[in-house]
Amino acid sequence: MRLESLYQEIILDHYRRPHHAGLREPFDAEVRHVNPVCGDEVTLRVTLKDSDAGNGRGGGAGASTVVADVSYDALGCSISQASASVLSDLVIGRPVSEGMQIGDEFLALMQSQGEGEPDDDVLGDAVAFAGVSKYPARIKCALLAWMAWKDATAQAMGEHEPA
Amino acid sequence: MTLDVARIRKDFPILERQMRGGQPLVYLDSANTSQKPRQVLDALADFYERHNANIHRATHQLGEEATAAYEGARASVAGFIGAAGPAEVVFTKNISEAINLVAYAMGNASAAGQSGRFTLGPGDEIVISEMEHHSNIVPWQLLCQRTGAALRWFGVTPEGRLDTSGIDGLITERTKLVALAHQSNVLGTINPIRELADRAHAAGALLLVDAAQSVPHMPVDVAALGADFLGFTGHKMCGPTGIGVLWGRRELLEEMPPFLGGGEMIETVWMERSTFAPPPHKFEAGTMPIAEAAALAAAIGYLGEVGLPALREYEHGLITHALEALRGIGGLRILGPAEPVDRGAAISFTVEGVHPHDMSQVLDEHGIAVRAGHHCAWPLHRAMGVQASTRASFYLYNTHEEVDALAEGIREAQRFFAVGGG
Repeated sequence: MRLESLYQEIILDHYRRPHHAGLREPFDAEVRHVNPVCGDEVTLRVTLKDSDAGNGRGGGAGASTVVADVSYDALGCSISQASASVLSDLVIGRPVSEGMQIGDEFLALMQSQGEGEPDDDVLGDAVAFAGVSKYPARIKCALLAWMAWKDATAQAMGEHEPA
Repeated sequence: MTLDVARIRKDFPILERQMRGGQPLVYLDSANTSQKPRQVLDALADFYERHNANIHRATHQLGEEATAAYEGARASVAGFIGAAGPAEVVFTKNISEAINLVAYAMGNASAAGQSGRFTLGPGDEIVISEMEHHSNIVPWQLLCQRTGAALRWFGVTPEGRLDTSGIDGLITERTKLVALAHQSNVLGTINPIRELADRAHAAGALLLVDAAQSVPHMPVDVAALGADFLGFTGHKMCGPTGIGVLWGRRELLEEMPPFLGGGEMIETVWMERSTFAPPPHKFEAGTMPIAEAAALAAAIGYLGEVGLPALREYEHGLITHALEALRGIGGLRILGPAEPVDRGAAISFTVEGVHPHDMSQVLDEHGIAVRAGHHCAWPLHRAMGVQASTRASFYLYNTHEEVDALAEGIREAQRFFAVGGG
C-alpha cells in the first residue's frame, strides 16, 4: 500500500518517540522556521564546540567545529516531527562540515521525485524519507527542520569564529 | 423543491475520474475551489471557438459579440445578487483583488488629501474580525500602515461565533469601514451581516462583505444585507478561475478614486493627467478576463436552474449528517458551531494524535480530497487554540455516502497512526 511507503515504520517510531526533543541550554544560536503552507513550525537551537584536534575526516570550513547539541520544539505533522528527530540523531557529535554534507544529501533525496537511491551509510534513518519525495506537498515538511538547522548552525558559526 | 444529486453529478465530468488505486473521487474541497459543470466548460470553449475578440474597442462583428457576452455577464451578476444595476458590478480577477481594490482606492483618496468617507488618517479606524480569511486582513493592515489609521477587530467565541459583546466600544464614530466575512471559510459560521451593517451605518461607517463562501451556497441580496461593498469569486461557484466580482453602491463607486490605471478605464488622457471613465469601467484597467466572464454567467445560469434555495436545503442536510457523523468519533474536535444553525457546509476539525497533514494524506489515499492547514485563516486558528485543522467542505454534487466515506477515512487514519495505542 502506498501509505506505508510514505509513512515507513522508522518515521512513525520517530514521530511517536522523538529523540533529543525539547529546548536545552546553553546554546549558540536559536531560530524559528515556519511552513507558511500549513503553519507547522520548529524552534531549533544549536550548540557547537571546538574539536580537540583535527580528526582526519575531511577539511575546510567547519571541519574542526563539532555539533555539541541540537535541541528543538517542533509543532507539526508526523513527517516534520520525525525529520527533526532523525536530524538530531545524525548531526549531534559530528563535525559541522559533515552535518552540512548530510543535509545536502537529504535535500537532493527530497528533490529526487522518488528516483533517488539514498546511501544509508550517509543518511542513516533519513533514508526512510525517500518516499516523501514522491509527494510534492510534503517535501517542505521533511525539510523544515533541516533548513532551520542549517540556518542556526550558520549563525552559530558566525559567533564561533576564532577571535 | 428538491435537488436531484444523481443528475447533477452527471454534469461534472471530473467526478467520473478514478483516482490512484482505481478509487472514485470524493471531492470535499469546494470551499477551496469548486468543480465545474459541462455547461461552464462549454461556455468557455464556445467563447474562444466562436466569439473571441477584445471588448469595447473592436469595431467588427466578433468584437460586438464579445462585448455583448462580457456585458451580458455583468448583467447576470447584477441580477444574481440583487444589485441596482450592472454599473454596480466591477469584474476583478478574484475576491482578493476586489478587497484590495477598495483598500487601495481608499489609500489613493487618503494620499490625495481629499476629504470624505474614503479618506483615512491617524484617529480613524477599520474594524474586521478574527475569523477573516487573510485576504480580508492583510489589505487592511497594509492600508493602516500607509495611512496611520488603526486596525481593530471582533474576537470569536469558543463556539466559533462572532463575539459582538464589545461592539459598542468597537464600532464608534472613529470607524470608517467595517469589513467582515458573510460566512467563515473555516468554521462555516454565518455572520449576522444585516445587524452589523445597521450598526456600522449608525456610526457613519461603510460595510464591506467578504461573500466568497456565501454567494456560491445561498441566495444573497446586497440590498437586504445592507452592504456597501460585497466581493466574491467565480471559481468557488462552479465558474472558472481568474474572475471575481466587486459590487459597490453606485454613488460610492462614482466617488471612489481608481485603483489600477491603464487602458479602458480612462475618459481622456493628457501627458500631465487623465480623467476617468464612469464606473464600473473606471475600475477595469486593461484587457479583462472576457471568456471567464462569459463562463461565470454560465455558472450563474446553472446555479439558477438548480435553484439556490434547493441547493441550500440539500447542503443543510449534508452538514447535519456530517456534524452527527463526526461527533461520533472519539478524540475529534469540531471547530465552529456544533449545531447546523446559521452554519454553512464547511466543517473543520482536529483529531487527537493525527496532524491535519497526516489526516489529509490518509484520506487522499482513499480518494477523498480535503484541505489541511490553516486555510488562510491563521489568526482564527490561533484564537481557537489550534495549529492547523482539516476541512471538509461540501457542495451541490456531494452525497450522503461521501459523508460516510469521510467518517470512515478519519477512523482509518486513527487506526493507522495508532492513536491511543502504540
